[in-house]
Amino acid sequence: MSGLRRVALSLFGPVLAVVVALVISAVVIALIGEDPARAFGVMTDLGDSPSQQVQSIVVILNRAVPLFLAGLAVAVAFRMGLFNIGVEGQYRLATILAAAVGAAVALPGPLHVLLIVVVAMAIGALWAGIVGVLKVTRGVSEVISSIMLNFIALGLASFLLTGPLRGSPPGASIITTSEIPESGRVPSLNGVLTALGLAEPRSALHGFLPVAVVVGVVVAVLLQRTRFGFDLRATGLSPSAATASGVDARGMVVKTMLISGAIAGLIGLPDLLGTQYDYGTEFTAGLGFLGIAVALLGRSSPLGIAMAALLFAFLDRAALPLQFADIPASVVTIIQGTIVLAVVVANEIARRLALRSAERAGATAGPGPDPGADGAPPPTAPDGGQRARAGVPGTSEDVRR
Amino acid sequence: MRRKMRAASLLIAGSMVLAACASDETTDAGGGGGAPAAEELRVGLAYDTGGRGDRSFNDSAYTGAAAAVDALGGELQEFSPNEDASNRGEGLASLAEQGFDPVIAVGFNYDEVIAEVAPQFPDTTFAQVDGSNADGAKGENVTGLIFAEEEGSFLAGVAAALKSEAAHIGFVGGVESPLIQKFEAGYVAGAQAVDPQIRVDRQYISPAGDFSGFSDPARGQIVAQGMYDAGADIVYHAAGGSGIGVFQAAAASGNRAIGVDSDQYLTVDDPALQAVIMTSMLKRVDNAVEQFINDYAEGNVEGATDVLNDLSTEGIDLATSGGFIDDIQGEIDEYKQQITDGTITVPTTIE
Repeated sequence: MSGLRRVALSLFGPVLAVVVALVISAVVIALIGEDPARAFGVMTDLGDSPSQQVQSIVVILNRAVPLFLAGLAVAVAFRMGLFNIGVEGQYRLATILAAAVGAAVALPGPLHVLLIVVVAMAIGALWAGIVGVLKVTRGVSEVISSIMLNFIALGLASFLLTGPLRGSPPGASIITTSEIPESGRVPSLNGVLTALGLAEPRSALHGFLPVAVVVGVVVAVLLQRTRFGFDLRATGLSPSAATASGVDARGMVVKTMLISGAIAGLIGLPDLLGTQYDYGTEFTAGLGFLGIAVALLGRSSPLGIAMAALLFAFLDRAALPLQFADIPASVVTIIQGTIVLAVVVANEIARRLALRSAERAGATAGPGPDPGADGAPPPTAPDGGQRARAGVPGTSEDVRR
Repeated sequence: MRRKMRAASLLIAGSMVLAACASDETTDAGGGGGAPAAEELRVGLAYDTGGRGDRSFNDSAYTGAAAAVDALGGELQEFSPNEDASNRGEGLASLAEQGFDPVIAVGFNYDEVIAEVAPQFPDTTFAQVDGSNADGAKGENVTGLIFAEEEGSFLAGVAAALKSEAAHIGFVGGVESPLIQKFEAGYVAGAQAVDPQIRVDRQYISPAGDFSGFSDPARGQIVAQGMYDAGADIVYHAAGGSGIGVFQAAAASGNRAIGVDSDQYLTVDDPALQAVIMTSMLKRVDNAVEQFINDYAEGNVEGATDVLNDLSTEGIDLATSGGFIDDIQGEIDEYKQQITDGTITVPTTIE
């Protein structure tokens, strides 16, 4: 019963958020003089012919993979109570350096790809690690330092791209690094699609998809089934309580940022290794920031993030058919924006509901949990120890003590 | 309403064509662009980041395409990419897939995407604004609509140098990309042609790869204000939507500015800003797009070529609205003449 209740409560936030967002969007669509039902119909219509439908699904999956990785990177830090806003800079810097290394060496296929992946993860981890080290040694808020490091990373990436790593001929409008040779590319999964009896899509399905799934599973196991994951969640819920029970909070901050950054380093790779083969001025930007929204919507659990990434990707694809139906594609942006806003509100409502039920249950169980931290989450968070607070995760300044 | 009816009838017509071809699975289904004049015109227009309503070259492209479609009859389908432009390729391909022909991509950012998409739809005619395809590398069915921005910028530099009382002018670029560096190179060359000793402050709002510099009026204003504070009295901007900030800085400090792309004296709403816009470097994307659609309708598009729009074709020019440069028009026309007859070769890159 209580398990069922927990699941219901943890689903309550996101589902409420999506419903509220759809209602608000329907009102907006009606206000601009379009029919909401028709708009939603267009959005869910994947196409007429089988190949168009498969193509639509490929577009959604290809978009969801980097969003999922971005959400995961943000979520790992979230669970620890760290707000890693630097994912954007981490993946951009990681991608350009990985692209440069990939283009510079020639190795047999799998090794070449592995090297690129390792470089990307290492650079991402390194860049995020700076944030962690600054926090534990100097007490710098990770929010501030990761934002600032974004600017430095983007500037650095620009400098590298236009300077030492420039591979495109002078005068070309799009500046890129040199192309990664064939051995460093990840083949598409279209062969799998056709083997499954589906129509051949126009675009290639990212071969990086299984890698993302594996990363998601590894993170889920790491968080839920290991000592490290327990320490991480415990520190996220109450830094002082975790410290008191013997968790090395300072070490945890650095380690968590390293993991978060390493995952962030992967964000650009589906595009880099699957379609682009180089990093250039038109390489997709902003995924790190979208990752924050995806992590929020997915409540920082790998499965939730996968759902959130698919939802965002689905909405992104819908921007196209909407335009062909003469409905402004801004509808999609409005839905995405209201979802994120609603999820913050809904999470807070869910938290209060949980708090209230916990208070009822805990009336006999003794005094409140954590007198030190103001506004700490309830002892039984709605999703079983998962960080349940809405919006900005706790700024755990007292991590050092 | 009219458009919807037309769309419906086209849909029926299109499905008939489809049935006749009996090729419901091939990617070029519905292309059928073999005899463009015979069937109704269906133009696809894929915008650059920012989309419709940017008051800059996306809107300019729309103006041209709409004028052509109005005159010739037919349908215009627009596509604006999402914020991070990750669906550019998908949008372009969808236009072609749904049978729009010609499909026009706006902006050099389509360089790689169009090279991928165009060969998949060999029966569709493509054009790219700001993207060259003289060598045919993007496919035999792509025409580049390119502009000699450096020539117009040269004239802007001439006007600025002639009008500057401090012998000190400025240039604000949106994003430090090769395209905007063409503007800078021409501007500096023009100013130095008039006054070799002139001081030209140059600054870009964002570095390569960060396109925020085209849509950040606040930073445009800060950068321009810095130049005015340093003593410059005329600043030329090639910064898209950030240009409004440059005008605001000019108005606040009692100086002047030069607009870009469209005749910004006419497009800016605020009379206070209008008063500071001395002239604008005109890049007639609208004319180029309209001309291309007309050429297509007449069957005159070859593909794998470039259409160069420059001073001689009036695809590039210097605006005279407001009458601020009437007194130096003679000198400007002299330089214009020297550029068109080849006496002056305007550089496209900064050394």
